[in-house]
Amino acid sequence: MKFRGRVWIVGDNINTDLILPNKAFYLTHEEQTQYVFHANRPGWAQQVQKGDILIGGSNFGMGSSRAAARSLKNLGLACLVAESLNGLFLRNCVNFAFPALECPGVCAAFNEGEEAEVDFPRARVTNASRGKTLSGKPLPPPLMALVEAGGVYQLLEKEGLIAPKAQGA
Amino acid sequence: MGMTIAEKILAAKSGNKTVIPGDVVTVDVDTVILFDNNFLPTNWRDILKVADPSKIVVTFDHRVPAPTQQAAAAQVTGRAFVKKFGIRRFHDVGHNQGISHQLVADYGYALPGSVLLCSDSHTCSAGVFNCLARGVGGPDIIYAAIKGQTWFRCGETVRYELTGRLPAAVTAKDAFLQIAGVHGAHATMNVEYGGPGVASLSINARKTLTAMSAELSAEFATFEADEVLAEWLRARNPAPFEPVRPDADAKYLAVRKVDLSTLEPLVALPDSVVNNSRPVGNARGTRIDQAYIGSCANGTQDDIELAARVVKGRRVAAGVRFIVTPASQTVYRDTVASGAIQVLLDAGAMIAPPTCGACGGGHMGVLGPDEVCVTSSTRNFKGRMGDPSSQVWMASPATVAASALTGFITDPREFLQ
Repeated sequence: MKFRGRVWIVGDNINTDLILPNKAFYLTHEEQTQYVFHANRPGWAQQVQKGDILIGGSNFGMGSSRAAARSLKNLGLACLVAESLNGLFLRNCVNFAFPALECPGVCAAFNEGEEAEVDFPRARVTNASRGKTLSGKPLPPPLMALVEAGGVYQLLEKEGLIAPKAQGA
Repeated sequence: MGMTIAEKILAAKSGNKTVIPGDVVTVDVDTVILFDNNFLPTNWRDILKVADPSKIVVTFDHRVPAPTQQAAAAQVTGRAFVKKFGIRRFHDVGHNQGISHQLVADYGYALPGSVLLCSDSHTCSAGVFNCLARGVGGPDIIYAAIKGQTWFRCGETVRYELTGRLPAAVTAKDAFLQIAGVHGAHATMNVEYGGPGVASLSINARKTLTAMSAELSAEFATFEADEVLAEWLRARNPAPFEPVRPDADAKYLAVRKVDLSTLEPLVALPDSVVNNSRPVGNARGTRIDQAYIGSCANGTQDDIELAARVVKGRRVAAGVRFIVTPASQTVYRDTVASGAIQVLLDAGAMIAPPTCGACGGGHMGVLGPDEVCVTSSTRNFKGRMGDPSSQVWMASPATVAASALTGFITDPREFLQ
């Protein structure tokens, strides 16, 4: 899992209400993506292009258990690199196989719009525009295995423990 | 090496002799709680097998009674799930319904030393019962229901040593706002509450601290066990249990003293719970449109009776909507019986049915553009309770009730001595 893409930068303590507001709960997964950062950065979701990389501050994803990580993934973001990740949010990144990495110093190492290269398993983050590399914290092996397996639902589906996903859900 | 309460339970439940910070362990889960949002059409995946139906609890709480067709559809799916697997502990809309974390208290669903999961972030509320309870993701819940297990990453533990007794009109919510204001986020850490001051706090008051610990981003929030807790549980659940005490040489990241007797009413300013607390006097003069009491943090009998004491014989200010939401039907019945609901109604409060409701901006008190709310619920994030331009101030139920009377954020000590 290696990614290269244009970076977007957001600050500390980004909460899940900002990523997936309550009013989007009844919408389809695709429609939900259009509400990411609707309250703090209106119009942003519409500018994201497939393969872009999100850089966040400390305690990224604080707040509720809602499937906010799924919205970031469905929006087309390749991965998330944050100063630190909220524990519950990290669970949902793993659950939905959205690559998310903790990398102290990442915010200062990038300006928005620069290119990043992320080697997810090795937790190496390079500012391709400047040629500077940071070392993050690799995901513990059992969690890495879950991400590589495609997340919890893929795993359970393969084992015949949940029904195949309904179309459009 | 000695272990904290969280480390001890993680070790016991993962079959390890010891667990230290940094370990990722697989643990057996004693209780899995599902609620209506799990069954929403966009979230639910049809489960074909469960590990043990007797370990599952189902309630409808976030959107009750169903405000939309999608919420109603989620309940239809939930009832079918309950029927399919013969789930006995089912809290459908009606006599036994309530917010999941309140039901855990009402029915004694969490015993000391156990592991409890629910995909609501305030699940750490159940840690008041000397157990490990954590809010996880929806997929984690489906996995745990099927496999009977989950994973945890053990963090370091911060211990809060409580001493003294809260002054009049000062509540556990103020104690929480003090901790959150001074120490901020506790991401990746466990929080352990103990000390001689615990004895003066009711289970409901302690539960405010554990429920609100979600806002500290704590992994687990756990209280030490005492006789007050044992009595509460014995009255509600016949199963035997063994309290879990930290080792004398347990290693803490920090041990911090909180003298309850020195605390005062606090408010959290809008948009962030942590690092955002001020004395209530600093908010004096802030005009409000809505005052809200409810949620898993402050919808207990204690909270509603406290609010009733503040408003007794008085009237809610013109132009203010005062909404009170008991956290469960049990709390609702108990506060009807105690007369508190009548006092609140006479003062002009609206009583909403037990639901997470306005706390999450779902229904039953959603805010419009530029409206200002003072709430005793769990979160004050931007747009949390409605329009992104609305403001949510957070305070104790006493402060909320006092503010409802004046129409401005008000020190409850003006009404309670």
